[in-house]
Amino acid sequence: MHDQTLTGLAAALAAGEFSSRELTEHLLARIERHDGALNSFITVTGEQALAAADAADAARARGEAGPLTGLPLALKDIFCTRGVKTSCGSRMLDNFDAPYDASVVEKLAAAGTLSLGKTNMDEFAMGSSNENSFYGAVKNPWDLGAVPGGSSGGSAAAVAAGLVPAALGTDTGGSIRQPAAFCGITGLKPTYGRVSRYGMIAYASSLDQAGPMARTAEDCAHLLGAIAGHDLRDSTSVARGVPDYTEGLEAPLSGLKIGLPREYFGDGLSAEVERAVREAIRVYESLGATVREVSLPHTHYAIPAYYVIAPAEASSNLSRFDGVRFGHRCENPTDLIDLYKRSRGEGFGEEVKRRILIGTHTLSEGFFDAYYKQAQKVRRLIRQDFLDAFEEVDVLMGPASPTPAFDLGANKDPVSMYLQDIYTIAVNLAGIPGISVPAGFAGGRPVGLQILGTHFAEAQLLNVAHQFQQATDWHLRRPDLAEETA
Amino acid sequence: MALEHADVLRAAHLARLGLDEGEADRYLDDLGRILEMADQLQSIDTDGVAPLAHPLDATQRLRADEVTETDQRETFQRCAPAVENGLYLVPRVVE
Amino acid sequence: MQWETVIGLEVHVQLATRSKIFSGASTAFGAEPNTQACAVDLGLPGVLPVLNEQAVAMAVQFGLGIHAEIPELSVFDRKNYFYPDLPKGYQTSQMYEPIVGPGEVEILLDDGESKRIRVHHAHLEEDAGKSLHEDFHGMTGIDLNRAGTPLLEIVSEPDMRSAKEAAAYLKAIHSIVTYLGISDGNMAEGSMRCDVNVSVRPKGQDAFGTRAEIKNVNSFRFVERAIEFEVERQIELLEDGGTVVQETRLYDPEADETRSMRTKEEANDYRYFPCPDLLPVVLDQAYVDHLRGQLPELPAAKRERFQSELGLSAYDAGVLSASRAMAEYFERVHAVCGDAKQAANWVQGELSGALNREGLAIVDSPVSADQLGGLVARVKDDTINGKAAKQVFQALWHGEGDSADAIIEAKGLKQVTDTGAIEAMIDQVIADSPAQVAQYRDAEPDKRGKMIGYFVGQVMKASRGTANPQQVNALLKEKLDALC
Repeated sequence: MHDQTLTGLAAALAAGEFSSRELTEHLLARIERHDGALNSFITVTGEQALAAADAADAARARGEAGPLTGLPLALKDIFCTRGVKTSCGSRMLDNFDAPYDASVVEKLAAAGTLSLGKTNMDEFAMGSSNENSFYGAVKNPWDLGAVPGGSSGGSAAAVAAGLVPAALGTDTGGSIRQPAAFCGITGLKPTYGRVSRYGMIAYASSLDQAGPMARTAEDCAHLLGAIAGHDLRDSTSVARGVPDYTEGLEAPLSGLKIGLPREYFGDGLSAEVERAVREAIRVYESLGATVREVSLPHTHYAIPAYYVIAPAEASSNLSRFDGVRFGHRCENPTDLIDLYKRSRGEGFGEEVKRRILIGTHTLSEGFFDAYYKQAQKVRRLIRQDFLDAFEEVDVLMGPASPTPAFDLGANKDPVSMYLQDIYTIAVNLAGIPGISVPAGFAGGRPVGLQILGTHFAEAQLLNVAHQFQQATDWHLRRPDLAEETA
Repeated sequence: MALEHADVLRAAHLARLGLDEGEADRYLDDLGRILEMADQLQSIDTDGVAPLAHPLDATQRLRADEVTETDQRETFQRCAPAVENGLYLVPRVVE
Repeated sequence: MQWETVIGLEVHVQLATRSKIFSGASTAFGAEPNTQACAVDLGLPGVLPVLNEQAVAMAVQFGLGIHAEIPELSVFDRKNYFYPDLPKGYQTSQMYEPIVGPGEVEILLDDGESKRIRVHHAHLEEDAGKSLHEDFHGMTGIDLNRAGTPLLEIVSEPDMRSAKEAAAYLKAIHSIVTYLGISDGNMAEGSMRCDVNVSVRPKGQDAFGTRAEIKNVNSFRFVERAIEFEVERQIELLEDGGTVVQETRLYDPEADETRSMRTKEEANDYRYFPCPDLLPVVLDQAYVDHLRGQLPELPAAKRERFQSELGLSAYDAGVLSASRAMAEYFERVHAVCGDAKQAANWVQGELSGALNREGLAIVDSPVSADQLGGLVARVKDDTINGKAAKQVFQALWHGEGDSADAIIEAKGLKQVTDTGAIEAMIDQVIADSPAQVAQYRDAEPDKRGKMIGYFVGQVMKASRGTANPQQVNALLKEKLDALC
């Protein structure tokens, strides 16, 4: 049951092979058995899940089931869920039961899905290894000594380990695509504004975007259709119709023009990752696509621009965590300043504080123009690089990450950790969509192929990814979980 | 732009982050290197380039002036650390 | 040395929207603490702002009302600082691209001259909550009902040269916003608040002196008093060889003084940057033109028209156009009675007197404009005399009748103009007053004019005030002189 895709499970439920309750019980048991080692969940909401499964089975019995009814999912713990702890991976919100549901949570519930719980993540989505969680590091199911990537590491690990068929993640600089690559699953970051951010705890508002993480592109297509769309509560969400993303999945790729950004195949790229990616591109050529090299000349400025813009927005977004209305409050504050400084000093972890400090500094008087404003101008140049490239080609392809998953504890230095995001981060600055699909292994750890499209080209990305998955079986490989082999 | 110890303390104060001395020293080093990386931005000629605040060239949508929210004080204050008579309590504010 | 005062004002006007600037919570005043603070107002994790169209429309209307430029594009920025009444740790405001560009406001001075005060810009922002300092075991209580109420901050150029000019400017702003109906202008409830920048310089010097900012001065009177105190303080300081420090001061109405806010001397660094949760607001010309077409007549235009069309004095026109409520009341009275001068006299005289005595605003007047107009019409067509009119007014005030006509009828106050009836009353009075008649007869003819007053009084009394005084006078003189 747990090896099936979301699409396969939907068909099985519809055919009455098993009930949503049976499926949910099975997955909860797997979480019980395996998540002690993986640590992919912060909160498991078993009772609510079973109640929702029963409701879904009842709806099906009444003939009221939709395509996603009764399917269990998991939510990154960044999405507010009414009455359920929503920690964002932080001590700051360890005591926070959200009083409302995020828009995507409402949409998924309306589509008939149910949530098994909230997945682990880097604190406030700041990290690339999921080692920055108050709830401890998440382990990569392919190798418990490796990181699952971040910040949506819990969602990626849970899907890869077959604890849940699909999960929601968020991506501010690669936080869906990089853990998807590290864990050998498919993860889609939609166009900025495609999915509502209401109820998704903000890290960097002009970059954050929620998206699906699942086994296949087809599964992602189903989920994206359920969560995308205009939300009156999010000014930055886009009023634009939502197509049926599954409709074009089978379109042939003959004539597809693929661009390989020269800058994505340079220094720092592991030879094994490059080999896997080049092999994947040959598969596309065999499917009738043409390949040419293109250039994204400002690529190397994406990381500096991101590490000015994202921390600046974060420093302001995280000011609301002040120990007054919700969240951690220090013991016996002596005065107001003490309340603020100790509540925030104790509530936030090291990486969060580091980014708040950077953002505060670069926004402050005398630095704003040199850093923030300049970074915004460079952001425009970076976006233009992509728009120019998409004049010539349909999609861009390259590695999702320069290396496969690294060992836990291997990347202690923050700056070298930031450099890991070299291939994913510019995409958020430009606001375009990107997907990572399993494309082989390097040293026994999965490699992700990243496919990028122009704004609102999700249907095309899903088609391109799906056709690859029809021609390859990397996405069907499963890790052997320790206790199963034992 | 070199970062000094005082800059870290100033940012920490503006951001109301309590740091102990050891932390401040550690952050000075990290932040210095992050800013060094950010300084690469200075080498790009951006004359005539407008800053980009949002990735899409969209404009603000307006909402109708309607009261749509009802009183949820009890729900919202359930997650509050200190309330009394419906008010959030903080250490005395001196004006 | 001769000193010149330089004053600039930042006026915060709460806009009279139903819901908040970025949320659907009510803006109604006086609710139980935190019952009108929704998830967005509280800055709960994950919430996002959506801009209220009415707040935008009201800001643009103000801009049009002061002949300001309305830029096509405006942008919201975040002003970052920590304070318990500021839930998100930043105030959403407009630092760089405000919704209203430069404009000007005309103020009227005591000598009847007018002066133009330039407005630098006006921008939209959200109000903060309130800190309540009653003793909660040594704690402060925070009420966030007000958080997110739309504010229009109107920033003047330093164009005012006296406390009186500043007060006149504030009154002019008050009058414009209430005319436009974009604010209730209620200073006691904080719907309008004012920060005053004051400096002095030797007369003839171009450079400005160092200014002090007086925060939260919340009545017209306090603005004058606070400035007067502050100017005196600064001049004394300078004449004693001291220097003015740039600082924020508070006006204490009870002590009638300003004093330094003893906050720790730390430079604020608000780290303004464009709010990433809101997109640029773009106003096209058609929208602005549409709002322009809907603008009501504003006080300056009304004042001008009251003088030129209705023939009112500059003073009367100024008083009657000062507030929209006053002007509307007056115009209704005028429409009903058809006599601008009488209408002006009644509104400024009897009505204003009664309202002042009771401490009532004109909108709360127990006598409606229609009722007063009906009364003035009866004075004008001689149905009642002036004395009876005052009785009718009192009766209307106390709710003793629905209209002047009903009261006149019920109380029998219709003026008696029938010569026969008046003559009968005169005859009776003459018959009842033999001694006074004798005195009249014995007096020198040129003294008799004064003595007639007694008889007039008696006749009016006999008629219960309803006899036409002019007729009574003339007939009495005729009859008494016939006896001589």
